[in-house]
Amino acid sequence: MNIANFLVTMHGAVAQGVIWSIMTLGVYITFRILDFADLTVDGSFATGAAVSAMLVGNHNADPFLSLLAAFGAGMVCGFATGFLTTKMKIPGILSGILTMTALYSINIRIMGNQAMIPLNGTKTVDIVIRKAIPGISAKNSQILLGGVIVGIIIAFLYWFFGTELGSSIRATGNNPYMVRSLGVNTDTTTMIALAISNGLVALSGGIFAQVQGSSTVDIGIGTIVIGLASVIIGEVVLGKHAGFLPRLLCMVLGSIIYRAIISLVLFLGLRSTDMKLITAIIIAIALFFPTMKKSMQQWGSRRQAAIAVADSQAENAFDGSDDSDKESDGKE
Amino acid sequence: MLKLSHVYKTFNKGTVNEKQALIDINLQLNPGDFVTIIGGNGAGKSTLLNLIAGVYPCDGGNIFVDDTDVTRLKEYKRARFLGRVFQDPMRGTAGDMNIEENLAIAYRRGKPRTLRWGITPEERKLYHDRLSTLDLGLEDRMTSKVGLLSGGQRQALTLLMATLQKPKLLLLDEHTAALDPKTADTVLKHTNEIVTGQHLTALMVTHNMHHAIELGNRIIMMDGGKILFDISGEDKKHLKVEDLLKRFQNAEGKELDNDRMLLN
Repeated sequence: MNIANFLVTMHGAVAQGVIWSIMTLGVYITFRILDFADLTVDGSFATGAAVSAMLVGNHNADPFLSLLAAFGAGMVCGFATGFLTTKMKIPGILSGILTMTALYSINIRIMGNQAMIPLNGTKTVDIVIRKAIPGISAKNSQILLGGVIVGIIIAFLYWFFGTELGSSIRATGNNPYMVRSLGVNTDTTTMIALAISNGLVALSGGIFAQVQGSSTVDIGIGTIVIGLASVIIGEVVLGKHAGFLPRLLCMVLGSIIYRAIISLVLFLGLRSTDMKLITAIIIAIALFFPTMKKSMQQWGSRRQAAIAVADSQAENAFDGSDDSDKESDGKE
Repeated sequence: MLKLSHVYKTFNKGTVNEKQALIDINLQLNPGDFVTIIGGNGAGKSTLLNLIAGVYPCDGGNIFVDDTDVTRLKEYKRARFLGRVFQDPMRGTAGDMNIEENLAIAYRRGKPRTLRWGITPEERKLYHDRLSTLDLGLEDRMTSKVGLLSGGQRQALTLLMATLQKPKLLLLDEHTAALDPKTADTVLKHTNEIVTGQHLTALMVTHNMHHAIELGNRIIMMDGGKILFDISGEDKKHLKVEDLLKRFQNAEGKELDNDRMLLN
């Protein structure tokens, strides 16, 4: 184990982080903007991977176009959850679980009743890039690809959430009563947000499957947890009062930091099967962070007050008089 | 303007908690009417406003706005006609969004939400001018988050938002009840200025008999889901609290014993 090895590991973490950050942006839309913990993503990530891998691996489709198809498939998943929760009034978390569960079966059908689609030797997105730019490493081609797509998505989201429709979606997550009283159908805004979110998640899944070289049925397990961890880490890095654009950029940073932490832990010798535990611990710590900060401040100010009291008592004892502090202060 | 005919509403039908909230309500508002509705807890005042706004459906009867039957229209569709201010200052505004964003969403009430930019420079000017009429200094804080404002400021802002697009009918549901007396008076002053200044038709629910008497050209008293009496014109102008109490006794055959109303 040396520095060079470590740097290689971190390089890989950045490449992974950039690709997964597309998913994180999707989770950010539901979790933070819409205020909806959407568990659909575990299914829709795999749907994106399945659609993309199937098109590229078995139908020789253009790898970039297959990503568009993955995005579309993800949007349908989001609409399904949106329909369950708005029109059928099923609680949000349960709606997500239902769609996620249903998607498990659907994904296997998409994959042609196989548990895995290998993409060895097929023309995937990163192979196209490596052909176009000779000499670029696999990791750098992933960073380039992910970076360009993330850039486009962030520009799109920044624009979209500034429009009339986007503003009403933001307001829906904040105060649905107000939004309805001002003439906006919150069912529609909820469904649109869920569709965009899951579209991004599926897109991320599609890229991941191509880059990884295969799609499996269980590829999406734990996606929501990774997404939440990345969102929360990103926010801890950012602090509270930042504009929308830095907030989106920090989602990318959060994803990369998450991958870096995981890589570091693996590098230090833990097993890859320990990752779920580590992720849960990271989220717990990150969620605890604001509370911890508050109680530290509280502790600090209590301590200062205690010191002040102790000081004045000590002074009184020194003077040996029962008179007030003011007098003794005046003498000194 | 607004017409309610034979409107009924019962909550928790068929259970031990069954409550007849509104019983055969008939009401007609003329354009420019500023009606105050007074009554104790459970009189049906807020239910009446919520039925007009479409928060929940009527069990019977019909609601018309300008001869359009809106009985079956959903809440967000009725919003085209209505401006609303709620009792809870948190309800009418989005706390995580800034003042101008809130106003921009309200400015588009009744219009489709497109992919055009959510707020234009001309609008900002309009908002600045309208905010300055409130005299709260909010015009200099247009990019502040609404969550940083006090309850009174939020209610004043909600009032402005409700009337930014002139509503056919303004619904005020005890919008000063959660405020301290001084702030409540300020918000009421603005309410009166806006309603009379823009010649709005308004329904204002209140617990406070003085407020109900001072404001508006017409007063309705409700109890037990019914309208007890409806006073307008000259009678309303000379109305005093004692007259209200006497009228209540005549109508119900019992003394008004609602502390919240009497102590205000």
